[in-house]
This record gives sequence, C-alpha cells and structure tokens, in this order.
Amino acid sequence: MSPQPVPQVRVVTLKIDGRDVGATEDETILEVARQNGIFIPTLCYLDGLPSIGACRICLCEIKGANKLLPACVTRVQEGMEVTTDSERLTRYRKTIVEMLFAERNHVCAVCVSNGHCELQSMAQKLGITHVHMPYRYPKLTVDATHARFVQDDNRCVLCTRCVRVCDEVEGAHTWDIMGRGIDARVITDLNQAWGDSSSCTGCGKCVHVCPTGALTEKGRSTAEMVKKQQFLQYLMQMREAKQ
Amino acid sequence: MTPEELSKIATIEQEEQQQHKHVIQVCVAAGCLSSHSDQVKDALDKEVSKRGLENTCHVKGVGCLGLCAAGPLVRVQPTAKPDAAVMYQAVTANDAADIVSSLEGPPVKRLVCPTNVPFFTRQKKIVLENSGIIDPDRIEEYIAVNGYAGLLQVVSTMRPSEVIDEVMRSGLRGRGGAGFSTGLKWSTVAKGRGSTKYVICNADEGDPGAFMDRSVLESDPHRVLEGMAIAAYAVGASQGYIYVRAEYPLAVKRLKAAIRQAERAGLLGNNIFGITFNFSIDIRLGAGAFVCGEETALIASIEGKRGTPRPRPPYPAESGLWGCPTLINNVETFANVPPIIRNGSAWFAGIGTEKSKGTKVFALAGRVTNTGLIEVPMGIPLREIVYDIGGGIPDGKKLKAVQTGGPSGGCIPEQHLDMPVDYESLAKVGSIMGSGGMIIMDDTSCMVDVAKFFMEFCRSESCGKCVPCRVGTAQMHDLLCRITDGSGTADDLTLLIELCDVLRATSLCGLGQTAPNPVLTTLQFFKHEYDAHIQKKTCPAGSCTIHAPAEVI
Repeated sequence: MSPQPVPQVRVVTLKIDGRDVGATEDETILEVARQNGIFIPTLCYLDGLPSIGACRICLCEIKGANKLLPACVTRVQEGMEVTTDSERLTRYRKTIVEMLFAERNHVCAVCVSNGHCELQSMAQKLGITHVHMPYRYPKLTVDATHARFVQDDNRCVLCTRCVRVCDEVEGAHTWDIMGRGIDARVITDLNQAWGDSSSCTGCGKCVHVCPTGALTEKGRSTAEMVKKQQFLQYLMQMREAKQ
Repeated sequence: MTPEELSKIATIEQEEQQQHKHVIQVCVAAGCLSSHSDQVKDALDKEVSKRGLENTCHVKGVGCLGLCAAGPLVRVQPTAKPDAAVMYQAVTANDAADIVSSLEGPPVKRLVCPTNVPFFTRQKKIVLENSGIIDPDRIEEYIAVNGYAGLLQVVSTMRPSEVIDEVMRSGLRGRGGAGFSTGLKWSTVAKGRGSTKYVICNADEGDPGAFMDRSVLESDPHRVLEGMAIAAYAVGASQGYIYVRAEYPLAVKRLKAAIRQAERAGLLGNNIFGITFNFSIDIRLGAGAFVCGEETALIASIEGKRGTPRPRPPYPAESGLWGCPTLINNVETFANVPPIIRNGSAWFAGIGTEKSKGTKVFALAGRVTNTGLIEVPMGIPLREIVYDIGGGIPDGKKLKAVQTGGPSGGCIPEQHLDMPVDYESLAKVGSIMGSGGMIIMDDTSCMVDVAKFFMEFCRSESCGKCVPCRVGTAQMHDLLCRITDGSGTADDLTLLIELCDVLRATSLCGLGQTAPNPVLTTLQFFKHEYDAHIQKKTCPAGSCTIHAPAEVI
C-alpha cells in the first residue's frame, strides 16, 4: 500500500539576523525566530491567540520591503532576509513602549503586578530609563464589581488579549472595545459593570493573559499576583489534537 | 435585456428629448439643494405648466453643475442648439417667471453666470461628463448617453482577460489616494483562488472638504454601477457592495433607486445580457468612521465587525471579504471604467502625463473665488487650477499654500505652484494626490494651526488598534496645541519631529503612516512659522490666540 499523501506545505529557508534557518511557509517570522532562539520583543502577541499585529513592537526589517513588518503576522518566504534588531528598531520599540507608559497611569510602585508585568519587563529589557514625552494622566476608572476579579483601566495597554481569549477560547465574548483612538477602552458586555455581566463565565482566562495589572485577582498581594499563561497553549494543543 | 432593447430605450429617450424645444436643468445635488434648488425646480415646474409649455419645455433635476459657490445653478438649453445654453447662478424661486419668460428671448441678465470663463473651459470631463446633464433618477437618460454600452460591449465581445488588459493599457490608477494600478489590482483578484469573489466600491469619502464621490453618486449613479459590473465580469465576481457613508443620504437614496432600476432593466441580477453572468449590488452604510475608508477596515465593517484595519499581506485581492478574493476600488475609479471601455484604452492613455493618465476630479475649497467641483487632466499645473479655474484668491489676499490629500496629504507652498498635478510630483513635495480634496489657503491661515487641525482630525479618527497611531496622534496634537497657544518649547518641536518619524514607520495602516504628512510638509516649507510661535510667541498669520507666557517669579 502506498503511503497517504501529506498536505502540501512547502519548506523554505531564510536568514534571520544573518543566520540561516529552515521553516515551513505557513509559519510566521516570530515562530521561526523563537524556534531558533532569536528573541523578538512582543506585547499584544500571545501563543495560542490569533495574532493581530497591533502593538507594533515586533516590527522587523525585511530586505527589499519598503516597510517594517510585524513578525507576529508576517509569513516567512524563501530567501527572506530578516533583521530583528537594529539601532533603528530599538529606537522605535523604545518610543512605542514609552508611548504606552505616557498614555495611562502606569505607577508600578502601587501596582499589584509590580515585578510580574510584561510592560515593565519590556521596558527593562529595552533599557528605558525614563519617558521623554509628556504623561497624559487620564482620569480612568477601576471596576471592582466582579466577585473575584478587578479591572483597572489605568493599567490597560489595549493589547486586546482579554477580548481575544474571551471570544476565541472561552467563547463568551464578554470583553470588547469601546470608543476610538486615545479614548478607546475595554468594556464588559455593553459597557456594564463586570459584576453585572450576564455573559461572563468567571473563568479568569482574561486575567491570566493580561500582560499588566489591568486585570487582576482580588485579594492578592504583589508577590502572589503571578499570571499563569501556560493553560492557553495546553488548551489549544488539546483542541487541535481532538480535531 | 437584449442589446436591441438597450438601443431601443436609448432611441426612444433621445426622440422624447428632441420633442422639447427647451430643457431647463436645475442642479439637485447636495450643494445646490442646501440653498433650496428643490424650491427653484418646483417654481419652474409650476411656471411652465401655468403657461402651458409642458410640451415644449422640460424642467428636470440634474446632478452637480460644478460651480457650487454660485448655487443654486440652473441651465437653460435649447434642444436644437445645445451650445447656446445659458447658465444662471444664485437662482431663487422668485426668478422662475423671468427665466421661463426669457426662453424665446434674450437671457435674464441679472442671473447669467458666464460659462466662457476658465472655470468651465479649462476642465476636461470624463467622470463628470453626464453630471449636470442627465437626470440621475432616470436610467433611460443614462442609457440615452451611451450608458451601459460599455457593459454590453464587455459581456458580448470581450473575454475577462481582455477587459483587464484594456484597463491595464489605459494606465488607470486608483483614485482613492494611493494610486495603485487598477489593471494590476484587477488581474490579482482575477487570479485569486476560489469561485466566490466580491467587488466593493469604496464610497466612504471622509477627507475634510472633499465631496467628489458624493457628487458622482448623486449626479450619475449608474456610471458607478456599470463600472462595478464591468469589474465583476473581469474578475469573476457575482456580488458587489457599495460601502457608502450614512452622512450622504441623498447619494444613498439615488444609489438605491439606481440599483432598483438597473435590476428591473436586467442590467444587474442574473443572466445579464442573456449570458451566464450574474451580478448583484447591495449597499452597506458606514457609521461615520474615517478609518473605514481603509480597505481592510472597510471589509471588517461590512462583515459586521468593529471597523479596524488589519496588517497586510494578505491583501484583499487574496483574502478579503469573508476570506474571499475581493476587489476594492474607489467611486471615481469605477466611474472611469465605462468610458475607457467605450472609447478604448488608447484614448484614455492619451490624456494626462506619462505615469498619471486621464483626469482627476478635485473638490476646490477654501480661500479661492470659485469653490466647487472640477475635473482636470492629470499634469495640469497647480497654478492653473488656483488662478485660472479657481479664479484666484478673493479680497486681494496672497496665496500661501495649497493643501491636497486631506489629513494624509500636505501643504504645497507658492514656490511649487508650477508643478504638474500628478501622483509622482505631489509625492515629491511630500503630499499625495489623495482622493481629491484641494484646500486653498491665503496669508490669514496659520500653517501650524492647519497642521493642528489635521492632527486633531487624525487623533479623533484613529481607531486605537495600534499604539503609534493611537498615542502618537494624541501626543502630536497636544504638542501642536502647546505650540499654537504660545507655551511650546524647542524640545516640543524636537519631540514632534521624532514622533513624525515613528508614526510614519511603525503605524499599522495608512491613517497612522500618513498622519504626520501635514506636519512634515508645513515644517519643511513654513518652519519659520513654528519658530515664531515657539521663540517669539507670536503667530505671523495672526490667527492663533497666544497666551502670554507665565512670568517666572
């Protein structure tokens, strides 16, 4: 008996930061880079969630392309030459992270996620020592109406991980975005208090995928509020395996 | 509908039109309607029937006549001598009797609007050829001026690939702003995989001061439908959508009527012209977000999702509406297609410059004598548009800059006024062709204030998805506010320039990438105005309210 034909996915080779790497054509630059131990900073990206290319921190230079492209959604191509780190990219990444710090009230000293925050560790990794644009200090609210969780708009970076995990993985679609531009913010249901939400299952997935202290568990101390994101890859693997 | 039926409709309509000795055309597009041209039309109608002239004089509503500044506009045309038409400006209902009385005699002098002036003679009309001539609410009038002949020609004599070749050869480029080759776009959609494909007409015109697409839709809606049907045949689509903003109620109304008429006539629907070509068009209303003019955001909006752009590739040609290959073109692009098919690509390619073919419609606005809608051949010097067609700057003021391309464009100063208007030349000075907004500014306009205006627009229209655009436009707007109110510093200017670079290089979609353009071009050509605000705390144009700097105690 002849063997079953496998689905046709082409294998390609490309260069990332001068290193020759192999990949399949359905993989993204970020996936291939991570498999090869090449670090590309990311914020809105989370393994297991659909990528949206929104935070613009994983932008890379690609030879021949006139624009910078986000590594999380750009597919690899044969012969591609990718630069993941350069003076220019670092400058842009720093400015973007500074923009996030200036956008809302990220006061690490009084944040329960201090020490376990992806925004904070990103700033440390990029060597940001100060923010050189004016802080905006918007007046934002904290929603503590839920029995077990707290939502703090002051710490939100609008990565929409909560929106995506709730919609795509939990299937509840409790979270969404309201407003436009600088006034955009995440809301539960139709901008009701989280505690009154009829769609929220209380699963807590949103809290654990949140990169900052915008979504936290009630009654936790700073040392305790560690986000556990491993569940997501496990869940997605199990779902795929069942298919 | 058979070809014979189409020509029969045309002949009957032409004969009917010949029966009237005079036709009185009243502009009923949004511009003149806002100064009550509907009342003028009613009054003319009443006057004509009062005198029992219904059989010799036909009063009809037509689309935009162009010179919106002088509205309501009325044109009286003797059927036998169309060239002897007289245009009247600023007509009121009370003038109806005089106009009808003058049909057989000399025109009403006090109302005459001279048409032998450059505003009318320097224009070249392709997209607007029927605008102001036909009644947009009647498909018969469109058919009588060769309407749907292009579609007939395409489905009966050409293969889809030949249609694409023809459009490619014409050199037509997208009129929505970026100027991508239309033929190339069509060929990629035609190559797209899958049997379901879509054609979308982007009528989400949102640039401040721009109203080209609105006028085309209000004045000649069938032209856009025909262009879409030809495109659908070429790329193999059977469903089309027109994404039009809800702020254009009249355009929506006329489009709906036009679609219904075309369906009834068998020019849309199943088995068009008796061959196995099906194409239907539905309207989708935009809810007022500027960013929904970006193609991926527009698609998301049609799908019922939040209207935010997504990274490209994949381009809509590959994976667009509901994941299917999708062709998105602007209203004006589709409106150019029927004449290209009818007259041939060589004719179209003969107009314009080497790389920018055909004509472009501009909405002339701001500090210029003749504001309104104009269509000019590509490559016309900017100076000719401002001084000849536009009639120069009123009140003896001096021209300072011409803003093209809306919030994505830039301000072009006096010294570049002799440059030809085409995609490449505009890009060279940091602006873009854009969808066709053209705002003329005189020396009372402060260029920092202009940059602030457009940045405020981008800030409020940013969707908020990507960080650089969401935060960057807000930061830049704050900085420009500080500079215009006199509290800006040299550091603010440095940061402003730095943010321009970051937004341009890192934003997700065109909105953020081009948002710095008004700042960059004003900085390039009017740096002294920024310096005056920052160092001398004065506004050279005298339009900004400078607060006295706080005294240091």
